[in-house]
Amino acid sequence: MTKYNRIFRVADNRRPSPGYSLIRLQSDESLPPMVPGQFVSVRVDGVQHTFLRRPFSIHNVDADDRALELLIQVVGEGSARIAALQPGDSVDMIFPLGNGFTTDIAPASEVLLTGGGAGIAPLLFLGKELRQRGIVPTFLLGGRSAANLIRMDAFEAVGRLCCTTEDGSMGERGFVTQHSILQDRRFDFIYTCGPRPMMAAVAAYARRTGSPCEVSLENTMACGIGACLCCVEDTRQGHQCVCTAGPVFNIEQLKW
Amino acid sequence: MVDLTVKIGALTLKNPVMTASGTFGYGPEYADFFDVAQLGGIIVKGTTADAREGNPYPRMAETPSGMLNAVGLQNKGVDWFCSHIYPSIKDIDTNIIVNVSGSTVEKYVECAAKIAALDAVPAIELNISCPNVKEGGMAFGVTAKGAFEVVEAVRKVYPKTLIVKLSPNVTDIASIARAVEYAGADAVSLINTVLGMAVDAERQRPVLSTVTGGLSGPCIKPIALRMVWQTAKAVRIPVIGMGGIASAADAVEFMLAGATAVEIGTANFIDPAVSAKVITGLSDYAGRHGIAQICELTGALRV
Repeated sequence: MTKYNRIFRVADNRRPSPGYSLIRLQSDESLPPMVPGQFVSVRVDGVQHTFLRRPFSIHNVDADDRALELLIQVVGEGSARIAALQPGDSVDMIFPLGNGFTTDIAPASEVLLTGGGAGIAPLLFLGKELRQRGIVPTFLLGGRSAANLIRMDAFEAVGRLCCTTEDGSMGERGFVTQHSILQDRRFDFIYTCGPRPMMAAVAAYARRTGSPCEVSLENTMACGIGACLCCVEDTRQGHQCVCTAGPVFNIEQLKW
Repeated sequence: MVDLTVKIGALTLKNPVMTASGTFGYGPEYADFFDVAQLGGIIVKGTTADAREGNPYPRMAETPSGMLNAVGLQNKGVDWFCSHIYPSIKDIDTNIIVNVSGSTVEKYVECAAKIAALDAVPAIELNISCPNVKEGGMAFGVTAKGAFEVVEAVRKVYPKTLIVKLSPNVTDIASIARAVEYAGADAVSLINTVLGMAVDAERQRPVLSTVTGGLSGPCIKPIALRMVWQTAKAVRIPVIGMGGIASAADAVEFMLAGATAVEIGTANFIDPAVSAKVITGLSDYAGRHGIAQICELTGALRV
């Protein structure tokens, strides 16, 4: 897949919740094909303590409008800078990067898309793609509290929505893997993106039920294009770059 | 029309801009962003006699104006390079230079000898300065005696252009450079990364799995410039300068300090087409300053 380095313009920047930013970026040119699970890397200028580009999963694509959306959680100076962008600002972006989730699965399959925190970002794009293939996805999204569960309306419009919070302020209390929807149930395919302990618990659940499972990793990256070998995951095939061999891996490839 | 060509040993570079080992993969990784054949040379990923898995993750820490890495020479070994990678890059119309590393003199020699057999590789860059591999690399590069021994041994099996990449983690880089020149090197390149460290205050743990790593990026440029300046005065062979170069102005600074050519490293991660911009910028600079041949810049610093 050809990679592009292009300048986008910020069309919109909303705050779905404190600490999160939903940015819509528009290009003058039509967008190349992109698949759910792929990511972009955004250049961050004018920040004292950061230096490298920031990788973000593609949250949503609106090809007709030559736009894509990123859901950004502010974790440091770099993401704060990006979250503070105003409509009209330009953004230097390399895209699309990495490999996507498997979407070539049988219509009417029962699929689970589960994530937490900013890890929910690629699941909307994925859910939409699956929906187009005749699959109604089940989203299971988790957060510390209701304030961490964002974009619920967007997910609800695409599939069935379940959620958990650690404090019980929304949905069922606990972690995603404790949700009642997982009881006595086997999904045909499970996709997950979020904090590593959460993904490890989902992978363990998938192994118990014998469901194929893909996880999206976010190891710290420098180049994003397979040149620096910094973001490696210790897989069954040895150290592999998350940016080019992933970020999506089948759990059978992983040692966890 | 400015003449951008420069000579390094038996090599003629179409311009002084090369990409640094470990930051540019094997070249094709960047082909979507610009025509990599525009480069004066591509120095491919560090290659060793045997395959190496490298260090455990995490291998990278971002720092103000730079980054630390502790990749540890992950590569599939020289035989894999010759059989699987070389065929796909040998026809790129620029100088393909292989960075050769090792843990013993014998391993350096074994690797260099195999690369010598590749027609489309006109030079190697002997890495005696990797800070991330415990048993070797930098161990040779931090003493004049160690540097001399490994270069002398490789020189015997490697007849083409031999560049030696020097470590900045030494007291007197000029003495190491002189030892390497005496051992038969055709050029030296410097600097490799500066040994550094990052700490996660919240977790009270090191960021890197290896605790220490190699610092690169604009933050090391002043150190690199100083070492290029010192080295260029100490040796007669060409000096290839690197360390934080991210613009044509940076490249000019290194050439003025004594570099014949430059390598661009970490900047490739921020702007994958930066090298092409540096080439254009060098041409513009020369035009603006009435310079007919870019090589006139080398060592032209007015002190």
